[in-house]
Amino acid sequence: MTNCRYRERNLPRRVVIPDNHSMNAHSPSAPLFQVQHLTKRYGDTNVVQDLSFDIAPGECLGVIGPNGAGKTTTIRMCLGLTVPNAGSITALGLQMPVDALAIKAQLGVVTQLDTLDPDFNCEENLLVYGRYFGMKDAAIKKRIPALLEFASLTSKAKAKPGELSGGMKRRLSLARALVNDPKLLLLDEPTTGLDPQARHLMWERLQLLLQQGKSILLTTHFMDEAERLCSRLLVLDHGKKIAEGKPRDLIAHYLEPEVVEVYGVGALALADSPLRAHAARVEVSGETVFFYTRDSAALIQALHAYPQLRTLHRPANLEDLFLKLTGRQIREDA
Amino acid sequence: MTTPALTPPAQTQSRWRAPRLSLRFWPVFLRNLLVWRKLAIPSLLGNIAEPLMWLVAFGYGMGALVGEIKVDGQPVPYILFLASGSICMSAMQAASFEALYSAFSRMHVQKTWDGIMNAPVGLDDIVLAEMLWAAFKALFTVTAILGVMLALNISHSPKMLVAWPILLGVGITFSSMALVFNALAKGYDFFTYYFTLFLTPTMFLSGVFFPLDQLPSVVRVVADWLPLSNAVALVRPLFMDQWPRDVLHHGGVLVAYAVVSFWVALALTRKRFGQ
Repeated sequence: MTNCRYRERNLPRRVVIPDNHSMNAHSPSAPLFQVQHLTKRYGDTNVVQDLSFDIAPGECLGVIGPNGAGKTTTIRMCLGLTVPNAGSITALGLQMPVDALAIKAQLGVVTQLDTLDPDFNCEENLLVYGRYFGMKDAAIKKRIPALLEFASLTSKAKAKPGELSGGMKRRLSLARALVNDPKLLLLDEPTTGLDPQARHLMWERLQLLLQQGKSILLTTHFMDEAERLCSRLLVLDHGKKIAEGKPRDLIAHYLEPEVVEVYGVGALALADSPLRAHAARVEVSGETVFFYTRDSAALIQALHAYPQLRTLHRPANLEDLFLKLTGRQIREDA
Repeated sequence: MTTPALTPPAQTQSRWRAPRLSLRFWPVFLRNLLVWRKLAIPSLLGNIAEPLMWLVAFGYGMGALVGEIKVDGQPVPYILFLASGSICMSAMQAASFEALYSAFSRMHVQKTWDGIMNAPVGLDDIVLAEMLWAAFKALFTVTAILGVMLALNISHSPKMLVAWPILLGVGITFSSMALVFNALAKGYDFFTYYFTLFLTPTMFLSGVFFPLDQLPSVVRVVADWLPLSNAVALVRPLFMDQWPRDVLHHGGVLVAYAVVSFWVALALTRKRFGQ
């Protein structure tokens, strides 16, 4: 785990948010959240097609896919905000959309765009949001210090969102989503637009929540985020599920274990050279040739004949998987 | 396990289905109250300064020229005539402004409604909260103006207490109507049409500044069915220390406008949010 050291350094600040209810109320075998054959059409376009997935208690399920793959529409349907054309959503033993409000009472949501109240400071944002869950002011106020500390915003309690950085706003959104002590968090691209420090702090917080037994549904564009946080991944493209599994299993199943990237003047010619024989698969993107291989030694040996080229030898990762499954073209319609 | 590939449509609800209202609207109303509390004094000054200027300029200025007007055969000082009409106009404007510009900011610009809907509060309750909130603001404005009118000794009829809940009703009617246009708006510019093409003519055709019987009969027919003229018909006699006539008719018109508008506003807002 690459971020172990980072976490250890920061862990003394660990905050446990008091539980209002037992996390084990649900039997461990039953999925917390179940989506079956979900379909959504806008006009002639299928935005989501026959999508099924489960979220087990304590699990972090990642949904990855290019822009326009149907990630946000799926989340909106999970919240009962968009009506599916077909399919069913069951959550915590309740049925969407009939029991939408009862389900949402037990969910925490962070949307892509912040919906924080600009007129309220951090504390007031949490207080006002807690009221939407029918919580008593006294109960919310008791939780606010822990929530602010969890979001590393204790010193900003009286600051309004306009005075916060992007990362602080996202953490306030996360704290707000936790005000009702939800069992399941739905996070739509929670770290998009954040700098690396803010992103790492967010990851650390999400890992803490997972350790506390929360379940998370997370959409993301960041493969390192998916790999770090998610126990299982769902790859969506054009509204369809094209792969599902544990990150490492998916990589092992779809990809050769090693990648050698070659770039520089004349690199592209290698794609059709005898070097090809050393790779199971060759891809060209821009000025770079990607050799996917099970045996890199021979390939690297052969590349010594081209000292003017630059090479990068690395294990195959989720990004390779993502690009293999969804293609390298830019989605103009996104 | 075999499940049919496509289950029947999960929800085929009409946009015109009955409103689903509950007490969950209350925290949304409280939210608006909390924001407003921080800005109440400047907002109050802005809301009552203009109607009071109209009242003073026209009431005392024009009043000196006009003297007394006949209402149902009874002579009434112009300032009292104007005050009783303009208080209804103030309720209309305060409610309309709040349910258009402010509600649109929360709904569209700040995405406050989206945030609320991620919590267990439905869209219908949010629209209800906005409607009642705009009506409350109208009531607040009207209360302040009534206070000034009492201080100016324009009327001291105890029946003015009855005007107070009626003016809340006027606020409800106009905030419901404004929410229809809020649901349709693409931007703030759209609201200018509502103000200039509907509210301004309404102001002149509802007996606020001059008696309706001076209007040509064709215009009079239209004027009689405007919500503001029905509000004025209820409130003016109370200022004159009399009970209004045709209460059911005038009240019924206001209630009909409110109910129909709120329902249409709800349907159009559901459409806007894809629900």
